Amino acid sequence: MSTQPNAAVKTERLLNLVICLLYTRMPMSKAKIRDVVPQYGATASEEAFDRMFERDKDELRDLGIPLVTEPLDVFFDDEPGYRIDRREYALPEISFASDELAVLGLASRAWAQASLAGPAAQALRKLKAAGVERDDSSLIGIEPRVRTAEPAFEKVKKAVLERIPVTFTYRAAGSGEGTTRHVQPWGIASWHGRWYLTGFDTDRGAARVFRLGRIEGDVATAGKPAAYDVPAGHQPTAMISTMAGERDPQPAVLRVRVGAGHSLRRRAVDVGDLDDMWSQVRIDFTDTEAFADEISSFGPDVVVENPTELRESVIRRLTGALDLVPRSDEVSR
Amino acid sequence: MNAKRHVSESATTRLSRLLTMVPWLLKRQGVEIEEVAREFGVTPAQVEADLALLFLCGTPGGYHGDLIEAEWESGKVFLGNADTIKRPLRLGVDEALALIVGLRALAAVPGIGERDAVVRALAKLEAATGSAATGASRIQVVIDEGTSKETMALAQEALTALRRVHLRYLVPGRDESTERDVDPMRVINFDAQWYLEGWCHRAEDVRLFRFDRIESLTVLDQDGTPPAEAQPRDLDTGVFTSRADDQLVRLTLGSGAAWVSDYYPTESIEPAKDGGAVVTLRTADTAWLRRLMWRLGSQARVLEPADLALEVQQGAREALKAYAAAAGSTVPSG
Repeated sequence: MSTQPNAAVKTERLLNLVICLLYTRMPMSKAKIRDVVPQYGATASEEAFDRMFERDKDELRDLGIPLVTEPLDVFFDDEPGYRIDRREYALPEISFASDELAVLGLASRAWAQASLAGPAAQALRKLKAAGVERDDSSLIGIEPRVRTAEPAFEKVKKAVLERIPVTFTYRAAGSGEGTTRHVQPWGIASWHGRWYLTGFDTDRGAARVFRLGRIEGDVATAGKPAAYDVPAGHQPTAMISTMAGERDPQPAVLRVRVGAGHSLRRRAVDVGDLDDMWSQVRIDFTDTEAFADEISSFGPDVVVENPTELRESVIRRLTGALDLVPRSDEVSR
Repeated sequence: MNAKRHVSESATTRLSRLLTMVPWLLKRQGVEIEEVAREFGVTPAQVEADLALLFLCGTPGGYHGDLIEAEWESGKVFLGNADTIKRPLRLGVDEALALIVGLRALAAVPGIGERDAVVRALAKLEAATGSAATGASRIQVVIDEGTSKETMALAQEALTALRRVHLRYLVPGRDESTERDVDPMRVINFDAQWYLEGWCHRAEDVRLFRFDRIESLTVLDQDGTPPAEAQPRDLDTGVFTSRADDQLVRLTLGSGAAWVSDYYPTESIEPAKDGGAVVTLRTADTAWLRRLMWRLGSQARVLEPADLALEVQQGAREALKAYAAAAGSTVPSG
């Protein structure tokens, strides 16, 4: 990681600005700030300083620093002054017992492979900055890791938190066809290893669940923050488990080569031998696409007898795998 | 995706680190530079550059007594005169969220012995974060035990009692049932899958066993202390590892299969316009790759090696023959 010289100068300027605005008890005027923060003194003109100061203020606020604007003089509110509220700035005094820090460490590391890895690690450092800890989380013997492999995660999460309507192309489960959807995001959840979005589909006028992995391309915002209300006490996972999965199991009949398909045989309702090459396996499943993924991976060792929908899904995958030559649109960049 | 990107850091990213580093250092006077580097995930040279920058900053006035005092010549860091920024900045929205959502997920993990600590930590954290955590309840992570509840309970029993276990285990890539003795090391959850990590006496190495593929687990009346060389693997490089002498494989992935590049360790990823990618990875065993290719269908293709591409095609053709024979339907001849 290299730091460019101007970036270093800017860091120095921002740090001095933070210290100066935390230090002052009274709001400080812009002229005074220019005077005491050495890096501002070097600006060529009043306008250059104004522009720079406006940008710096925005960037500090983006970091979550509570920079407030107050009238310099209570009787004349024509000139604004600036300061950072110390109480608002600082993490409240909290101390954690070592077992609490251990589980906080686990919670932070759970995101180590996800897009929240950076914030999760930074949060833990802030908490640890308050005191000296002993990390004995290895004693817990359980290490969870969550992933956010879906490219849409960051934008959808932001939209959920800020309540911003979004629009995106959504690939249907069966046909693979993409349609444009307009959604007011309510919640986002990782359930059985996949991320889902819950929300109100404004085109269909009803609540819907979307799998983030089926969102194609970009997620665009379609409104302002806090544009709608989320139903009180909304529990994403409760909605997902009723709408997305946990359908009643359906029966399937498979032909499985003798000596193969161990994982299918284990879950089977019933296994019988057809001849010395093939067994017939009766098995229940809930999600056609997920089960077709599993069956296709056995290649020629497993054949679906029925239902037809499952059979078609497997045939579609295998037919796709026949094609040796990449389609031109796949390799062009 | 763990590749360190050599891009220059933004001023605000660095500022954010400095504002956390100062309180951290103030509580740990005399800490080694290497330890600071490890904690903050930067190089020791970067730590020194950060300290040099702090040294130039301070309260208005610019006199010697106003500046932050920093000393690190001995390799140990001492910091002083930084009262205005001695407290860490409040947790930001994403920071609060990551910990709160993570803790709530942990609280629901079956068999976690520290549920009490999780509840206490969560209460303190929620009190300290205030409004930053408002939306956290609308972001949820479920880590459930799936169908392996009883096997997991047995494994945890063996772990605490330091007993060896005997496994009948399904090797997924080869569709093969195996028998082995294992000294349990820990139970981990990766991407919603539970694994037992342990020293496998058959492989004479550390192995991960997915609980839903353990056909049976017997706790043996035998000491199960793993040998000294048994090191738990670094989960942050993924659960799959490859070696330099493994075969090189190149794949094109469509956008629907892009997750593959996050799931398996890759040597290189070249993103494509359509959201897919061309990835290169190394593997000792191509059986699992063949199976992955059948599953991904038109979403993926083997570019290299050519014989693997042919195997995928032949297997798919053979499988489709069975359907054509049964239904008389037309199947593309390839």
